[in-house]
Amino acid sequence: MNNEARAGATGLNGMTPDRTAAPIISLRGITKVFGSGPTAFQALKGIDLDIRPGDFVAVMGPSGSGKSTTMNILGCLDVPTAGEFLFKGRHVETLDRDQRALLRRRYLGFVFQGFNLLARTNALENVELPLLYRGEDKKMRYEAGMAALDKVGLKEWWDHTPAELSGGQQQRVAIARAIVTQPAVLLADEPTGNLDSERSVEIMELLTDLNRNSGITVIMVTHEPDMAAFAHTIVHFKDGLVERIQEGEAG
Amino acid sequence: MLGTTVILALRAINRHKMRSFLTTLGIIIGVAAVVTMVTLGNGATAAVREQISSLGANVLQLRPGQGFGRGGGGPRPPDFKPQDLTAIENQLTGVRAVAPLVQSSGTGIYEGSNWSTTVYGTTAAYFEVQSWKADAGRLFMPDEEEAGKPVCIIGNTVRTNLFQGNDPVGKRMRIKGVSCQVIGVLATRGQGGFGDQDDVVVMPIKFVQRRFTGDRDISQIMIAVDDAYDTSAVQSSLEELMRERRKIKAGAEDNFNVFDTKQISDTLTGTTTILTQIVAAVAAISLLVGGIGIMNIMLVSVTERTREIGIRLAIGAVAREVLMQFLVEAIVLSCLGGVIGLFLALIASIAIAPLMQVPFIFDVKVNLIAFLFSAAIGVVFGYFPARRAAALNPIDALRHE
Repeated sequence: MNNEARAGATGLNGMTPDRTAAPIISLRGITKVFGSGPTAFQALKGIDLDIRPGDFVAVMGPSGSGKSTTMNILGCLDVPTAGEFLFKGRHVETLDRDQRALLRRRYLGFVFQGFNLLARTNALENVELPLLYRGEDKKMRYEAGMAALDKVGLKEWWDHTPAELSGGQQQRVAIARAIVTQPAVLLADEPTGNLDSERSVEIMELLTDLNRNSGITVIMVTHEPDMAAFAHTIVHFKDGLVERIQEGEAG
Repeated sequence: MLGTTVILALRAINRHKMRSFLTTLGIIIGVAAVVTMVTLGNGATAAVREQISSLGANVLQLRPGQGFGRGGGGPRPPDFKPQDLTAIENQLTGVRAVAPLVQSSGTGIYEGSNWSTTVYGTTAAYFEVQSWKADAGRLFMPDEEEAGKPVCIIGNTVRTNLFQGNDPVGKRMRIKGVSCQVIGVLATRGQGGFGDQDDVVVMPIKFVQRRFTGDRDISQIMIAVDDAYDTSAVQSSLEELMRERRKIKAGAEDNFNVFDTKQISDTLTGTTTILTQIVAAVAAISLLVGGIGIMNIMLVSVTERTREIGIRLAIGAVAREVLMQFLVEAIVLSCLGGVIGLFLALIASIAIAPLMQVPFIFDVKVNLIAFLFSAAIGVVFGYFPARRAAALNPIDALRHE
């Protein structure tokens, strides 16, 4: 199976560089309803949002405000009930399950609150995992995996399993796994939620560095204003709608 | 893509060695049991066939009466006469050798030892019919047969019990109180379907008739059929000839019976084959249970690894890749179990075959089928859990605790 060909078939590659100023992600009138009939719950009530390439976006809002649902849709893990989702100018809402998986494989990286590393699997093998699904050969996997671990400062720890690493280190491994494919967008769901403030700052500095120096668009959900302060753009959610968008220079 | 899934499956198996071992245990035991049973069963069948063929291939045995038993009341059917023997020799086509047989039991004595055994009275043709050769010494000379001289050829059991390792050829022993000279020792045949075949003293029929049975009757005639002729055709002609000679009216029942050793052989090997199949079927049930064990543990594994599956899906694995990973895991486990099972069966068969006194026969076909069957179990019982894993929603899977 040629995964590049599959991704190509979705029409998502082949972007021209002169359009980089256009939004990489564009949401128009996105709604999401869970369930049906009298128990139906409308989580999103019409989201309009543009995210430009190279931006560092923090998504904030109380629980139940729809930010997690939005993140799932942005991460192509879930589909909207209605509305348009354009990723690099292509419609995502019409893609099927496997096409979305291939899109994630090619363009997206994920960092979760709970790290979500494979247990009993060393750091390098965890980082190599996305490359395995891309069908890369052993040598390439090793080199890219070690380079990604080097970037997060854990090159020396490549053969340690998650159980042998601290929380901060585990999250760094997770970030290395997310960036090993050189994704266009990194989606981070409360990446510092399980860490103390000192480790949190380290992780935020790492994300900022990846955003600035590797040109990766970062979208991050957070509860903490301190963490949101690292972002360039802060999107506030409330009751299934975007309440306001705060733009400024990242601190 | 297959390469990737195999790597993933092997890593997953390697990460959970104990669980993997327990998963395969059912298959290991199942395959080992089936293959051991079939291998030993085949050995037993071969052993039976060999014992029967030691009675002589394509040999017809003519006895008075019907079947093995005496059958009902009435007068005992008469034995055969020397003239019957001559008639068979001269009138029946397709006959290679004809041997008369009379039996008598008695005690053999040599120096201080005595041994109770069976005395066969027959001619040199008997050894041809039985394809039985002398290990030491010689068989009967025509003049010894003709005159009914006191000479004997002894089986190995008799030699062991009377002569204790001394060379008996040329020695004189007493049998039923009569002195005779040992001229030969027969090749060892071992335990047959009808007791120890080596516990025998063979003497010229005329001597046995004159000194022991007291008449010229022949209790049994053995006929070796020429390979070029059809045994059943010769059997029919023989039956016709004997009805005529024994003056049996048309419509009346035979007062003799003809046994075809090939028939006995087929019946007995058929029986052992059926027994082997029954035992193998019972063992196959354990293989099935092993397959269900794999499904069971794979299902538990899918639940336990829900979050892992969620990670894989989020990272960009398509459903088919997750399905393949779990399927390949199940297949690798069951094939591994199959190989280990075959190895154990090999060891067990080699160890048990001598205890059962059957030959060890390595049957490539049986081993191959058992292996393919274990692989098939992996596919069948691995598919359901694998499909369940592949169908998981990544968001729910990631949230799973």
